[in-house]
Order: sequence, then C-alpha cells, then structure tokens
Amino acid sequence: MTEMDPAVGAPVAEPALAEHHAASRRNPDAQQVLSVENLRMYFPVKTSGIIRRTVGHVQAVDGVSFQVPAGGSLGLVGESGCGKSTTGRLITRLLRPTGGRIDFDGRDIAQLSQRELLPLRREIQMIFQDPATSLNPRHTVGAIVGAPLQIHKVLPKDKIIPRVQELLEIVGLNPEHYNRYPHEFSGGQRQRIGIARALTLQPKLLVADEPVSALDVSIQAQVINLLQDVQNEFGIGFLFIAHDLAVVRHFCPEVAVMYLGKIVEIADRETLYLRPHHPYTQALLSAVPDVKQAAIGGRRERIRLEGDVPSPILPPSGCRFRTRCAIAQEICAKVEPPLLQIAPRHKVACHFAGELGHAPKEPVTMKVCGVDAHGAPVPGEVPDVQLNEPGFSDRWMDLKTGQLTGA
Amino acid sequence: MFAYIVRRLFAGVIMLVAMSMMTFVLFFASPIDPARFACGKICSPQQIAQVRKGLGFDRPVWEQWKDFAVGVVKGRDYPADKSLQKSAPNLVAHCAAPCLGYSNVNVTTVRDEFKTRIPVSFSLAIMAFIMWIVGGVGLGVIAALTKGSIIDRSVVGVSLVFFAFPTFFVGLFLLKFLAIKWGIFPVPNYVSIANGGVWNWLVNLVLPGLTLALFYMAGYVRMSRAFVLESMGEDYLRTAKAKGLAPRKILFKHTMRAALTPLVTMAGLDLAGLLGGAIITERVFNYNGLGKLAVDSIAVYDLPTIVGLVLLLGSFVIVANIVVDILYAFIDPRVRVG
Amino acid sequence: MSFLSVRDLVVHFPTVDGVVKATEGLSYELDRGKTLGIVGESGSGKSVSSSAILGLHRGTNAQVSGEIFLDGVDLLKINDESIRRKRGREVSMIFQDPLSAMHPYYTVGNQIMEAYRIHHDVSKKQARARTIEMLERVGIPQPDRRVDDYPHQFSGGMRQRAMIAMALINDPGLLIADEPTTALDVTVQAQILDLLQDLQREFNSAIIIITHDLGVVAEMADDVLVMYAGRAVEYGPTKEILVHPEMPYTWGLLSSVPDVVGDTDAKLIPIRGNPPSLLSPPPGCAFHTRCDHRDKVPGDLCRTTVPELTPARAGGNHTKRCHLANPDEVYATEVLPEIAPETLEEQG
Repeated sequence: MTEMDPAVGAPVAEPALAEHHAASRRNPDAQQVLSVENLRMYFPVKTSGIIRRTVGHVQAVDGVSFQVPAGGSLGLVGESGCGKSTTGRLITRLLRPTGGRIDFDGRDIAQLSQRELLPLRREIQMIFQDPATSLNPRHTVGAIVGAPLQIHKVLPKDKIIPRVQELLEIVGLNPEHYNRYPHEFSGGQRQRIGIARALTLQPKLLVADEPVSALDVSIQAQVINLLQDVQNEFGIGFLFIAHDLAVVRHFCPEVAVMYLGKIVEIADRETLYLRPHHPYTQALLSAVPDVKQAAIGGRRERIRLEGDVPSPILPPSGCRFRTRCAIAQEICAKVEPPLLQIAPRHKVACHFAGELGHAPKEPVTMKVCGVDAHGAPVPGEVPDVQLNEPGFSDRWMDLKTGQLTGA
Repeated sequence: MFAYIVRRLFAGVIMLVAMSMMTFVLFFASPIDPARFACGKICSPQQIAQVRKGLGFDRPVWEQWKDFAVGVVKGRDYPADKSLQKSAPNLVAHCAAPCLGYSNVNVTTVRDEFKTRIPVSFSLAIMAFIMWIVGGVGLGVIAALTKGSIIDRSVVGVSLVFFAFPTFFVGLFLLKFLAIKWGIFPVPNYVSIANGGVWNWLVNLVLPGLTLALFYMAGYVRMSRAFVLESMGEDYLRTAKAKGLAPRKILFKHTMRAALTPLVTMAGLDLAGLLGGAIITERVFNYNGLGKLAVDSIAVYDLPTIVGLVLLLGSFVIVANIVVDILYAFIDPRVRVG
Repeated sequence: MSFLSVRDLVVHFPTVDGVVKATEGLSYELDRGKTLGIVGESGSGKSVSSSAILGLHRGTNAQVSGEIFLDGVDLLKINDESIRRKRGREVSMIFQDPLSAMHPYYTVGNQIMEAYRIHHDVSKKQARARTIEMLERVGIPQPDRRVDDYPHQFSGGMRQRAMIAMALINDPGLLIADEPTTALDVTVQAQILDLLQDLQREFNSAIIIITHDLGVVAEMADDVLVMYAGRAVEYGPTKEILVHPEMPYTWGLLSSVPDVVGDTDAKLIPIRGNPPSLLSPPPGCAFHTRCDHRDKVPGDLCRTTVPELTPARAGGNHTKRCHLANPDEVYATEVLPEIAPETLEEQG
C-alpha cells in the first residue's frame, strides 16, 4: 500500500546526470579493466551412499574467457542454466573458481582469500535482479547506501549522509527520502537504490545480473537509461548479464553468448545481431518475438530448437550444442570446436560457422584442430589454436580462404 | 535412503557420546558435593570419603565416564572400586550390558528403573498427542476456513488462554472439578493394560492427557490455521479451482496435504520431547513416569539416573528427527533422496 | 453475438484503505479461432479481468458487475455450481509460473487426469490413456513414462506444456493464457507460442493471451487490448495498433522496449514516473501524469475528464481512449523519428 505513497510516486527528481542515453560505443583504445581467462567452476555432485563420494561435477562454467574494457561494457547472454550468473558470481568472487584467471586491474584475483579481497570489494560491485529481496527491509535507504562507506571507513560519519543524498540524487531519487525504508518505494525505485549502493564506492567494474528483468516494461527503460548515464559519467566497466537479447543489444557494444557453461560466440553488437555465425545464436535471435517485424509483415521464420538443454553434469561430447543443432555432423561429436577468431572482433565456436543458411560444407576448423572432415586426427597435423585467449588478436582466420589473415 | 539413515544414525551416536560427556562434566561442576549429599546430614569426613569411594566419585571425571562407556558396551559391576567389591561381595550388583548405570538411591539398575517408568510416560504422551493433533489441527483448519469470523476468533482466543495458564493450574483445575467435584472421571491413577484392561488404562489417562494436550494445542491451532491460510494463496489451488474441482475436494486433496506437511516436523519433535516425560503433569497427577524420575533424581544428585535420562531423551529426539525426515520423503516427492 | 462478449466489466476490491478499482468498464469481443492479446503492466487489471471470466473471484469480497457472455450465457448471472461445471470444460486457464501452478505432491499425470475426470465420468484407466495422448499431443517425449513424474522433475518448458495439456484436455472453447511464457527462456517461449497456435488451429478455440510483451502479442494476437489503470486505452486489430498506435501510452510501450533488429543507436524513451495506484487513480485520464502530450490538448481536459473510448481516425474497429485531436500527426512527427528512424526512411 505504502508503495503507492503519492509523495514517493510523484515524478522523481530530475537526475543530476547529463541525459544523453546514447547507446554506449566501444572505445578501441580502452585498457581492459577485467580479463578473464579459462575460468572454470565445477560444483561437485555427491553420491547418496554411506560415505559420500564425489561422482561428478556440474560444469557450470567451463573454460570461459573474455575482457571488459575500462568504462566499456560486455554483455553476457544465454538461457537459464548456461552459467552466466555463476560467471558473475565468480567475478565478484562470491564464489571461488575451480580454475582459471580473473585479472582485475592487472591482478589475478581468482584465488585470493576473503581477507585479501576486502580492498577489492570496493572496486567491483554488483547489481542484482530482484531489488525487493536484495535490500534489507529493516534498514533505511540511507543506511543501505551509506553502509559501504562505513564498512570501508572511507568517510567520517558526519560526511556520510550528504554523500548518500548526493548518490540518491544521481540515481534520480529524492535525496530527502534517505530515511525511508525500501518497501516505501516502487520496484523501479528500489532498483535505483541498488544502483546507488553499487555506486557508493566509485567502483571500476559493475556486474549487473539481470538488472531490469524484474521490472515493468515502462520502468525497464528508465533503469537502462540510468545505467547508461552512470556509465558515461563515471567511466565504470560493466559486465551486463541478462537473458533478454534486446536489452543487452541496447546496452553493450560487445556481446558474448553462453550455452552450457561455454561461450559459443562473442562479437561486436552489429556482427552478433546481424550476422551471427553460431547456430545457437541464430536460433536464439530468431526466437525473440519482434514487434516491428510483426507489424510490417507478420512473423519471421523461426529456427525451432527441439528439446531441452542437456544436463551440465554429463554434457554432450565435442560440441555441447550438437544435440539440438540442425547442422551438426560427425565431427561435432568428436572434436570440441575451438573459439575461433574469424574477424577483427568476432569469435565463434562452431565447426560449421557461417551466416544463417550459408553454413560451409566442410568444417572450417579442420586445420586448427588437426583433424579431417569427420573429426579423425590427421597424422602430422598439430592443432594450433589458442583456445582460451581472452580478447581479440590482430590475426584471424578468414572463413572464405581458410587462411590466417591480419589487419 | 538406507545409506541416508545409516549416516544419520551414526551422527546420532556421536551426538549421544558427546551428550553423556557433557552431563558428567556439568554434574561435577555443581558447587554441591554429591557424596556429602548422599551421606546425609550428620557425617564425618571419613564417612564422606567412604561414600565418595563407594559411589566412585573419587576418581577423575574422565575415568568415570570411561567406566560408564565401557559399561554400556560390556556391562559392569557396582561399586567400581575393586577393594570395596572384595570387602563386601554380597553388596556387589551386576549391571548387564547395555548398562546405563546403577542407582544407589533407587537400589536398582537405571535400565530396570526405566522399564517401569517408560510405559507410564509413553501412554501419557501418546494420549496427549492424539488429543492435541485431532483437536489442534481440526480447530486450526476450521478457524482458517472461517477466517475473521467469530468462530475463528474464539478458537484462537480460547486456545491461547489454555496456553497461557500454567500446566499445573490447568491440571489441578481439571482434577478438582472433573474428577473430585463432579466425578465425571475417576481420580487418575496409572493402570497398565496388563493389569486393568484397555478401558481402565484409557479412562485414567484422559485427564492428564487433556492437561498436556491443552497446553500443546494452542501452538497447533495457530500453526495449522496459518499453514492452511498460506496454502490457500498458492497458485496450484487457483489451478485446481480453474479446472472446476469442487470446493470440498480442493480442501481435502489439495489444500490440506500441502498445509499440514510442515506440522509433521513439529509434531514429531514435540512427541519425542514428551515421550521423555512430562515433568509437571506427572507430578500433579502423581504418575510415576520419566518426568517425575528426572525431578527426583536431580533433587538427590543421582548421577547414574541423570546420565541415563539424558541419553534416553537424547535418543528419542535423534530418532524422532530421523523418522520425521523419512516421513517427509514419503509425503513430499521433492525431498526424496537417491 | 461473438463467442465471448465482455460488456462493461467492473471488478472492485474493497479494502480498509478504500476500493481498489482493478477493472473499470471493460468491453471486448472474441470469436472462436481468434486470439485476443491483453497488454498492460502489473496492476493494470489485465489478469483480474480475465479471472472474472472463470468466476475465480466468487467467494472473495470482490465486487464484479457487467456482463460476460460465453456462447450466449451470462457467466456473471449463473450460480456457483454452474460456473464450476464450466471451468476447465468451456473455459480453461494457464498461468505464468507452471512450477507453482502445479501441486508439488501429486504427479503430473494425476493432476491432468483429475481435470479430465471432473467433467467426464470415465474410469481411471481411460482417463490415464487420454492424459498420455494429450501429453503426447503437446510434445512431451515418452509420455507414457513421464505421466508418472512429479512437476519438479519436468523442465520449465515441459511443465508449461503439461499445463496446456491439462487446460485443453476437455477441449474448451476458450483458453486464457496469463503470461504463459514470461517465466520461460526465449527459445522455450518460441516453442510454447508455436504449440499454442498449432493447438488453436486444431481445436478452433478462442485464446486470450495476457502479457506485458508487445512482441508476444504481435506474433500471436489478431486483436490487441491495451490496458492502463484498469481501463482499456486502446483496442483494435493487432496490425492496425502496431502500425498506427493512437494513444500515448501505447507509444510509450513501443518506444521503451529495446529491439533485436533495427538501428543500434535508437534511443529508449521510457515512460516517466510510475504506474498509478488503483486505490486513488489520478482524475481525468489516468495516464495524464505520465503523458508527454497532455499540453497539446486544450484546457484541462486530460486532468479533469476521462476520455471516452472512441473510434480512431484510422477507422475500422480500432478504438482509443485519448483527448488528442491529431494523434496520427503527433506520432508521425514526434514519436516515430525518435524510436525508429529507419522505418521512416524505408517508407520514404
């Protein structure tokens, strides 16, 4: 009931930020604030016997590599269970990874202890999906937003409230409302509080896990715009995790698609959405219902994906997507496709990478994997591929010629 | 499932070992010297030393505990001191395995003492349990279905009144009016089924059972009312309604099953606690159950009986926990383990 | 008369704080074989008005008035027992979260069989055979085995398929799907929407699909009804409304949702503020507090008078609830250039 409090429900204070709302662009000269290499997270699966043995692992994240430029953003999309949220939790080190590197600001934080992590917690912040459950209902907004300042002893006590008010103003809330409780705010406003809390310590990296999916459509756009303004203003790097392809496309100049714990395709926005080369990305995009398309000429042809995602405990051999893939062949069951760079900023993990309807007849990965078209090893051929290099190289494989080329 | 039970039982045994140790340590942490207490009012230091030796309290705590633990497995003789055994062989009592100890106060092994007490406490507990489950859940469901009405309010209010009154008051009240003044029931006096038949056994249990049940019932009325109301808001009840199911069927097949499951945990643990004796009720109605035994043995510093009671009660609770978990697996398919 | 005809439906919930006006004077028509999409945000009354068709508010303190004719019978006039017999047989409903919509303690098969046996006097064996047949029809692999599984053993998509099987086992004329794909992944959503369309063709049923996602409506619905604060604010054929929306709230919905095609530099133009309280909705047009175009209307009309649902200029059976005199012009000159510059170029 109080959620509808007219005082709170009134139009929010004008944001103190410059409102450009322009979709963020990639800055080619930016340093990487985050560089993740071969990140793995295996959760043990135990037997139910008298002595509980570990019989397998849920391979929630299995060899993931990517980079987030300082002040830039990378989108991580995928369906439930693909490991995108686990990846977010690994990077904020809410979980300790099984293996791999997480280079944050030039330092590997993958295996740091909780105590060593403490100073880093200022630099990496997280925004959660559900603003209703991620804010303590018994604390005032001022206490919630100001808590990081107190914990890290950044400011003397009397300076905390002015700073909190400043932050509330930045996220477009009335600064006088710092002594109200979360339930007095609407869902969108609560997410603004969550953003203010994340901004308190001026982090370098924000991991946003489904930041708008719990919000009403008209509110989603407000929050996305706010995040964009915040990013432009403070130069924060974003790892933007979401299942909504359209939201990610709007927010991130570069996007990675995950399936069953692996990145299957990573590319700049234009390439990924207009010319996806992985059959899963193609299926995912074709499944999104589209207003404009339907308004003009009815439904697009959909790629139907049959069945469900296989279990991450026993993922399919070779390519993990092959069980549901329309163009899978023998090699796909035998050889795991490497995440191959095929353009200046485009990597794809598919033996038959190609635009929709133009999949090559021969696997494009024969040479790099040192196998023949059926996936059998070719004697003498040595696989020459850097599987888990984060970021992009100056040289890539041209799909047409099958040769390495470079800029 | 089997492996799960074995694992739980194993953990339970470790728990019991730790509990027995704690009891020994706490017993001797008391400022009162149990040997002096056992010796009586006029007692010379020599006599106290003699008694202490006879009770075995002269040796270090951990040795006493070790003897006790060995006794549980192998059985033992009392008193433990070899020289005393030799000097008075006719007074040596053998306590066969599993020996929980020998009470010098009651002049019998703890196990034999339990054998006479357990039927009393069990009868009482089960009687009360049936009464409060039927009454508590029944009234709770009725209250939920008539939420906000006068029936709902009076059910909740009255049950709260009984909860608020001390047990001894309710017990004495029932005793005074229902038994002594109006003579509706006989003045309760425990009669075993073997001695007096089922009817006698039952009739004598009504008043003490009711006393206990009234106390427990308040919680069950409130809980089952809350659970029913909560599950009435569940999406699957909307589904049941939307497919055209009759209201009665929705209530009994869909609502109740989900609503009453959490009560299993509560009921199991409450019953286990009560099986170990109801201290006040047993005293009010002068029932020689485990609860009365507990009070008596603590009052006279009877270590073997106290340790035995702690272990007995502990194992009731541990077993009840396991039983509740197993029951859960049958009721709720989601918690079924491999 | 149409197969389903809702006229001037009002649903009010009296509370201690006042009356929550969840639905105010809602009217629409729907024929067999057709789909109506009801779009709106949470609290717009879209779910409440649809549960009223099944009489799910009976026995609560809700005040429902108006007329709901289904196949010529006014569902608000018949008694509780008659409406119960229609539930699941003539009108079925599927819900947003199929996990919580199924009883966790009973097998999927048990629950579907139950739905069949309420309305058909058949043996358990026959009901079971029919259930397996239905599970197979909705695309559950190995239905004879999965029929004995519990809901938690199904994946999200399969659970929604099972819910659809339960809803359609009695071959109802009307299916109400309340956010049927909101809790599902996008590829699973596509499967479920396809399935609903296939089944609709097969059974010739009428479908009401309630959603906040204009994309889902665009793909599924023949007609769209946009709801705001308990009222219909725009109603008409889907294509008509998506191409020539006339109500600023609909514009807001279109402009605030990002897209997977089109210009990547397109701006998101959010609707400012928050949805109004149904307890004390703003006077006049409920949307005026958030409307960017209220100043184009002369006088205080938007703030004082609730606009009538009037035919749009585009004509046909497209109606809108707005005081703006020249919505087409405003949309073409002010809204479209902001949200979809490329469509303008295409049209020249």
